[in-house]
Amino acid sequence: MTKKYHSFYAKKRTFKSTLVEKAVKYFFFLNGMISVLFLVLIFLFLFREAFSAISNIGINEFFKNVEWYPTSEDSRYSIIPLILGTLLTAIPATIISSFLGIILGIYLSEIASGRTREIIKPFIEIFAGLPTVVIGFLILAVGSTFFQELFNAGTRLNALLAAFGLSIILIPTISSLTEDALRAVPNNLRMASYALGISKFAMIKNVVIPAAISGVSAGIILGFGRAIGETMIVLMASGNAAELTLNLLHSVRTITATIAGELGEVAIGSPHYYSLFFIGTFLLIITFIINLISELIIERMRKKLKKMN
Amino acid sequence: MENRFKGNIKKENSSNSIIDNLLIGGIRIISFSVIIIFILILGKIFYEGIGVINWNFLTGIPKSDISKGGIGPAIFGTMAVSIIMLILAVPVGIFSAIYISEFAKDTFWLRLIRASVNSLAGVPSIVIGLFGFGFFVLFIGKSIDNILQTGMLFGQPAIIWASATLAVLVLPTIIVTTTEALNSIPLTFRQASLGLGASKWQTIRYIILPQARPGILTGVILALSRSIGETAPIMFLGCAFFLPNLPLAYLDLSFVQIPIINPADQFMHLAYHIFILATQSSNPTLTAPFQYGTTLVLVLITLLLNLTAIIFRFRFRKIIEVVNRNQ
Amino acid sequence: MKEVKIKIKNLSVYFNYIQALNDVSLEIFENKVTCLIGPSGCGKTSLLRSLNRMNDMIYGFRMKGEVLIDDIDIYDKDIDVVNLRRLVGMVFQQSNLFPKSIYDNLIFAPKILGVKDKSELEEIAEKVCTQTSIWDEVKDRLNESALNLSAGQQQRLCIARALTVNPDILLMDEPSSSLDPVSTSKIEDLLFDLKRNYTILIVTHNMQQAARVSDYTAYLYLGQLVEYDKTTKIFTNPANKQTEDFLTGRFG
Repeated sequence: MTKKYHSFYAKKRTFKSTLVEKAVKYFFFLNGMISVLFLVLIFLFLFREAFSAISNIGINEFFKNVEWYPTSEDSRYSIIPLILGTLLTAIPATIISSFLGIILGIYLSEIASGRTREIIKPFIEIFAGLPTVVIGFLILAVGSTFFQELFNAGTRLNALLAAFGLSIILIPTISSLTEDALRAVPNNLRMASYALGISKFAMIKNVVIPAAISGVSAGIILGFGRAIGETMIVLMASGNAAELTLNLLHSVRTITATIAGELGEVAIGSPHYYSLFFIGTFLLIITFIINLISELIIERMRKKLKKMN
Repeated sequence: MENRFKGNIKKENSSNSIIDNLLIGGIRIISFSVIIIFILILGKIFYEGIGVINWNFLTGIPKSDISKGGIGPAIFGTMAVSIIMLILAVPVGIFSAIYISEFAKDTFWLRLIRASVNSLAGVPSIVIGLFGFGFFVLFIGKSIDNILQTGMLFGQPAIIWASATLAVLVLPTIIVTTTEALNSIPLTFRQASLGLGASKWQTIRYIILPQARPGILTGVILALSRSIGETAPIMFLGCAFFLPNLPLAYLDLSFVQIPIINPADQFMHLAYHIFILATQSSNPTLTAPFQYGTTLVLVLITLLLNLTAIIFRFRFRKIIEVVNRNQ
Repeated sequence: MKEVKIKIKNLSVYFNYIQALNDVSLEIFENKVTCLIGPSGCGKTSLLRSLNRMNDMIYGFRMKGEVLIDDIDIYDKDIDVVNLRRLVGMVFQQSNLFPKSIYDNLIFAPKILGVKDKSELEEIAEKVCTQTSIWDEVKDRLNESALNLSAGQQQRLCIARALTVNPDILLMDEPSSSLDPVSTSKIEDLLFDLKRNYTILIVTHNMQQAARVSDYTAYLYLGQLVEYDKTTKIFTNPANKQTEDFLTGRFG
């Protein structure tokens, strides 16, 4: 007697069912490609408008002069003061937040007890989710007067104030990346150091940080990238004067704040309009490169750690 | 032989424990100071803002003098933009993640998609805003107007374009968290299901997605929280400083009129409102309480969302841990 | 003349509410190799780690009793744990070289402890490598990454590194359990040379190894010291039935 099978065992894979599986796969594939599509669109669109700017105004205009006066009669479109303003806020912010963020990361990874870490980590994470406009507002409302008196600055709003504001949002980013990098260092290296009679601080300094240095530096670079790309805090705290200065206590104008402040009032299709896309494209390329570098560093660290384990 | 222990291991004979404790103590003090600054920042907002919040403030309509009235339309506008953003971004994000985690083998396409998601996540929000303005409003919107002959209905900043731009902004967040959630489902689940003769789609639909639900939800909530706090990209995408009327349209069903969000309308937004109050106020002392109140509302919304996300993720990790332990 | 180096008196060790050692008392003799044996989880490693206070770092650690090294209570309040560990070196089960060059691994501790002179550092490196008979193998590749060495060489370099801070006592936690027989025998040979200058405690799972290398053997079971005597005595004529059962492989 032949064995009786349930009917569905006997079914061959029909042409239809293979087709359905294929269709399902392509459906998900197309969804996956939407990210690619938008990235390409962003680049295409910004480049297109930036090329209009170059053909309208000329590339020299952006780098030749040192003035950004797009609305005056004799309009000037130099990106130089904007780059300077961006760096003047982003570099001090990166320095301050790297110092504090790395120390906080070290504390969380190496010093805090398990319970303390379980309280502090989510708190920092939640804090990192605060809208930047809130930090911008507080820096403006509370910080500005305080720091003006502290540093005896001529203007209430200046590069340093913006840098302080930026630091507040960068610290969580850098501290959590530092903590991740330090925790990825195998514990047996710590034990090796302790067993040699090396104190905890010397162990952190000579074993853990060197082993995690690429992860930590990737965090700093990512932080710098965020500082360059952040808009609201610098828009509210930097004073927005496109001055050519290296003085941290002067008002500056960043690339992001220029776009945010001027796009709303610009005549579409005017040279000014295209010039905003030009500086936007410039910003896009710079942040793209910065992110690429930090990703390469992290990738290298992963490989190195794999070898250690 | 000399007794090396006697002279060496007493604390009084060594300076290193003192120096070590000082340095470690320094790290502690600096870390706590940072945490305390964070707490003070939150505390200041709560302290100044809590007195302002009441029912009228939350639901009322702003008066032309910005220190009076309520922020009802701003809350409504924020919700409207976010809801449409979620409708646009969540399905695409989840489907993309399913492709990355379940279908793609390590091919050119997978690497391309992963690299794009990472790059997209790193694009500054103001650049995304710039793109949204150029692409959605001026290109797509204008084209729709031309085709439908609707004049200047879509070719101007509006809720739909703000939502679409924010959707592009948060898409990487959703994709990355969802992919992580899907990847953490043990391989054995998939093998078991496929071994029983289920198709790939059935496995995803009935085994993987239900298991990964809390993880996916975490991503959606994080995306929502991020989009609510973003100000820069929506500043020129239909955000208005003063709009006493809610951006509603009415669906006329003869016997009843159903209000729906009008996607072509302008809107008020909490984050933008804070920006305006902080920078455009002619009398900061007068508007300060109102401003802190608005800030507190925004902060509370994002804090609650982030807290929920953290709790969801915590639960999800617990579940995965248990599953892995029983393997 | 044998002298007592370490006196362990009524030592009990707890991790949270789990007792790892229960009222262990024994005396370790200077310049001898003492082996700790027993089934997994019997407290061998806990005992070893109480001698350089590595247990302190484990969350929930508590202890009762005394550990005296050269008649000094190392759990006394005014003991500097960091300095203690310089005199009580430790080698771990898995080699744990730093991801640096061979030479940097060797001078790591002396450099931090304040040796600045380059020739002195080189001297230390050569001395410990000669002591561990690894000098010929590494002298031409001192600047190579230590992680490129073979597993056996890595472990011997770990021993050399432990000697760089000039300890009195060397604790070894199953130093050859993950090595091949040739590397294992090299490490065992080393122990004979090293015990002239150091007091060595070694935890091992390998009974033959214990019999080969050690002068004294302690058998632990469920956190208690069952028997402690000369190795020859323990392996030929154990006093305790339990020890005999374990050594003959009837359980464990």
